[in-house]
Amino acid sequence: MQMPVPDSKVLAQKSEILARLRTVLPDNAVISDPVETRAYECDALAAYRCPPMLVVLPSTTAEVADILKICSEFNVPVVPRGAGTSLSGGALPTADCVILGVARLNAVLETDYDNRFIRVQAGRTNLSVTGAVENNGFFYAPDPSSQLACAIAGNIAMNSGGAHCLKYGVTTNNLLGVTVVTMAGEIIEIGGAHLDAPGYDLLGLICGSEGQLGVVTEATLRILHKPEGARPVLIGYDSNEVAGACVSDIIRAGVLPVAIEFMDRPVIRAAENFTHAGYPDVEALLIIEVEGSDAEIDSQLARIIEIANRHNPVALRESASAAESANIWKGRKAAFGAMGQINDYICLDGTIPVSQLPFVLRRITEISTKYGLDVGNVFHAGDGNMHPLILYDANKPGDLEKCEDMGAEILKLCVEVGGCLTGEHGVGIEKRELMNAQFTPADLTAQMNIKDVFDPAWLLNPAKVFPLKASESRRQA
Amino acid sequence: MTPTSEKDLAELVAVAKNPLEIIGGGSRKGLGNAVSGDALHTSGLSGITLYDPGALTLVAQSGTPLAEIETALAAENQMLPFEPMSHAIVLGNDNTPTVGGMVATNASGPRRIKAGACRDSLIGVRYVDGHGQVIKNGGRVMKNVTGYDLVKLMAGAHGTLGVLTEVAFKLLPSPETQATLRFELPLKDGLQKLRDVMASPYDVSGVAYRDGVAFVRVEGFEDSVKYRAKKIGGDVITANIWPEIRDAINVKGDVIWRLSVKPSDAFAVASQLAEQGFETPLFDWSGGLIWVTSGDGSDAPRQTVNKFGGHATLIKGDGHPAFHPEPAILASIATGLRAKFDPRGIFNQGRMA
Ligand SMILES: Cc1cc2nc3c(=O)[nH]c(=O)nc-3n(C[C@H](O)[C@H](O)[C@H](O)COP(=O)(O)OP(=O)(O)OC[C@H]3O[C@@H](n4cnc5c(N)ncnc54)[C@H](O)[C@@H]3O)c2cc1C
Repeated sequence: MQMPVPDSKVLAQKSEILARLRTVLPDNAVISDPVETRAYECDALAAYRCPPMLVVLPSTTAEVADILKICSEFNVPVVPRGAGTSLSGGALPTADCVILGVARLNAVLETDYDNRFIRVQAGRTNLSVTGAVENNGFFYAPDPSSQLACAIAGNIAMNSGGAHCLKYGVTTNNLLGVTVVTMAGEIIEIGGAHLDAPGYDLLGLICGSEGQLGVVTEATLRILHKPEGARPVLIGYDSNEVAGACVSDIIRAGVLPVAIEFMDRPVIRAAENFTHAGYPDVEALLIIEVEGSDAEIDSQLARIIEIANRHNPVALRESASAAESANIWKGRKAAFGAMGQINDYICLDGTIPVSQLPFVLRRITEISTKYGLDVGNVFHAGDGNMHPLILYDANKPGDLEKCEDMGAEILKLCVEVGGCLTGEHGVGIEKRELMNAQFTPADLTAQMNIKDVFDPAWLLNPAKVFPLKASESRRQA
Repeated sequence: MTPTSEKDLAELVAVAKNPLEIIGGGSRKGLGNAVSGDALHTSGLSGITLYDPGALTLVAQSGTPLAEIETALAAENQMLPFEPMSHAIVLGNDNTPTVGGMVATNASGPRRIKAGACRDSLIGVRYVDGHGQVIKNGGRVMKNVTGYDLVKLMAGAHGTLGVLTEVAFKLLPSPETQATLRFELPLKDGLQKLRDVMASPYDVSGVAYRDGVAFVRVEGFEDSVKYRAKKIGGDVITANIWPEIRDAINVKGDVIWRLSVKPSDAFAVASQLAEQGFETPLFDWSGGLIWVTSGDGSDAPRQTVNKFGGHATLIKGDGHPAFHPEPAILASIATGLRAKFDPRGIFNQGRMA
C-alpha cells in the first residue's frame, strides 16, 4: 500500500512539536517513546502498519483545540483515532503524523429521557452508551459488531451500521448533533436536541467524512425505548442463492424485520466452533429478528416462516428463550473473530441492490474459483450490505496481493450491479484507489472541494478516502 | 428555460450569463428569501428512472410530479417513509409539487419522528453544479458510505448548491393499517402525553396536538396496531387526520413561522409567544415542531427560540430573513461551500442567506 512520503521538515521538528504539545497537555497525555507509540501503528486492517511520530490523548474539547492549533502551526498531519477498530485503515498513521486519540473523552454529559437523547464525549464506546441508559429501558440503536470496543467518534467518522440498522438506520440517522474542532482549532457546534438544524446539513456531511473535516469531541445521540421483546429465527438453506431469494421475497412481502443476517457454510462452521451458538450445519443460514410483544412477534414470525417455507428450508428454528436469542446473536457478532482464529482474511463491505443477491453470490463463487482463494460470506442481507471474507495466508508471499486483487474484482462487481464499494466500513486506505471505479474525476473533485473548505492545508487524515494521485496537488500545496 | 435532458441542462448552466431561479412545480415558491433570476424549470426532466420494489428503492428525475411517484408506489404497497408535506396550502397556491423541490426543501411530515426526514431516505443524487458539470453522489443502495455524503448536503440546500437532476430514495412497505388515538387535554398535559408516548416501546408514527386534542398514530399489521392502540389508550377515531396535520391546513394567515425546538421546551415557547399575541395552531413531532401565526410582525418567535435553543423559519411574511441566522463560523463554512459548488453565484442567489 502506497503512502505519501513523510514530510522531512516535520520529522526534523519533532522535539519542538513535542515540547509545544507538552505545554497544553498533562505529561501522561503525550506519548513519544517509540515503544509506546507502536501500540498505535495500525487499526483492525492489521496488514498495514506504521508507527506515528507522536500520540496525544486529550481529555477535553479545549485540549483538542490547542493540539490542532499547534499542529496547524507546524504543518503536522493529524490522524484522529477512536478505538482503532477500523477495517479500512482509516486510523492508519503516517510516520510524520500526530495520532489524536479520543479514548479519554469518554464521559456522559447529559441524559434526557423526556426528549430521548444522550450527550456524550465522542471517545465513549458504542456499547457503553446503551449501558448508560438501559436501566431506564432505553438503548442506542446502531450496533456494529465491534460495539464493545469501537468509539462513537469512529462510528460518526465512518457512519457505521450494524445488524439492526434495517429498522433503525445507521449512525447518521441517529445522530442529532456534534461538537467538532476544525484543523484551525475552532470549536463548532452543529445540531442539538431539536430536529433539522437550519442552513446546510453539515451534520450529515461530518458523519461519514472519515476524520478528514474535523475532530469530533462530543455527540448528541437519539435514544429509543427498548421494544417489549425481540426474537430471532434461524432458517437454513442448502444453497446461498435460495437464501438470497428468500430475503428478497420477505422484503417484497412488506414485512420489515429489524435484522436479516446471512452467513454461509464456512462462517457458520467457524462461528459454531467458536461460540457453540447451536447453528445447524447448512450451506446458508439466515438470522431474522422481529420485535414487539409476544403476540406481535408470533404473528410477524408466522408471516416470515410462511415465506421461508416456500423455499424449502433444510433447518428452521425459532428461539425459545432469551438465553437462546443471546446465543444466536453471539455467534453472529463473533463471526469475524471466529474466522480470524482459523485464517487470515480481508473483509469486504460492498453494497448491492437486494434483488441482485442471488446473482452476486453466484459470481463471487466463480471469482473465488478463479483466484483459488476461499470466501466466507457473512452480511446484512436486508439492506444488501455484503461482507465477503477472503481467506489468505499472510505468510505466503504474494497471497495478500492476490487477495486484494480478488477483493477489488468483487467490489467492482458490486458497483457494476448498481451498488457501491463500501456500505459501512469506509474507504480509508483500503478502497482509496478503487474510488475511480465508482466516481468520475468531477465527482471526486466535488468531494475534495469540501475538504478544502474545512481543512485547506489538508492536514487531517490526508492520505485517506481519495486516490493518492487525485489528492496529490492538494496535499502538497 | 425548460431543458428536457440532464445534458441540455448542464450546457445551459455552463453558458448562463445571468443568475437563475430554479423552479420545480412552484408549489413551494415563497419558501426562503425571494430571489431574482431567469426562470429555470425542471419540469422537462420528468419520469421514474428505476423502481425496484424488491430492493425498496426508487430513482426519479427531479422534475417528476410527486403524485406520479406516489401512484407508482401505492400500486406496490410501498411509500416514501418521511410523509412529505405539501407547502401549497400554507403558501396559498395550487401548484403541484415535484420530487426535486421536495428534496431541495427536505420536506418531511408527521412520520419524521419515526422514519426520519427526507434526507434520511434520500440515498442518491445527480446534480449540475455551477460550472455546468454533472456530479453524482450516493447511489441506489440503502447502505453506502463511499466518499463524503453530499446527498445530505443537497437535501435542504434550497437549490443554492446545484440543480438536482435525479434523486434516489429508499422506501418502506406501506402499513397494512393505522389507528389514531385522541386525548382531550390542555396544551401542557397534551404535549407531555405525546412525549410519554414517544418514550414508550409502542413504536408510534405520529404525535401531534391541535385544538385542545393530542393525537397519536400507530401503524403496522392489524393485530399489532390493535394491541399497541390498546396499550396507549385514548379514544380511537376513524377519520384520517394525518394528511391535514402533514400539510398544516389549519395554519392560516399572512405571517407563518415554523419553529424547531426541543419537545419539552414547546409549552414554554408557546406560552411566551401567546403573551406577545402570537398563536400556535399546530404542534407536530410531540412539540418539536411548532407552527406560529399572527403576532405583531416582529421576529419574537426567533428571539424566543434563541432563549431555548432551536431555530425559527419564516415560512410566509416579510421583514425578516427566512432562515434563522447562523453563528458566524457556520455561516462562513456555508459561504465557503457555496463558493465551491457555485463559484459564479448563479443558483437561487440569496435564498438561504
Ligand atoms: C470485529 C469487527 C467487527 C466490526 N463490525 C462492524 C459492523 O458491524 N458495522 C460497522 O459499521 N463497522 C464494523 N466494524 C468496523 C469498525 O468497528 C467501525 O468502523 C467503527 O466505527 C470504528 O470505530 P473506532 O472507534 O474503532 O474508530 P477508529 O478505527 O479509531 O477510526 C476510524 C475512523 O474514524 C476517524 N476518527 C476517529 N476518531 C475521530 C474523531 N474524534 N473525530 C473525527 N474522526 C475520528 C479515524 O481517523 C478513522 O478514519 C467492525 C470492526 C471489527 C474489527
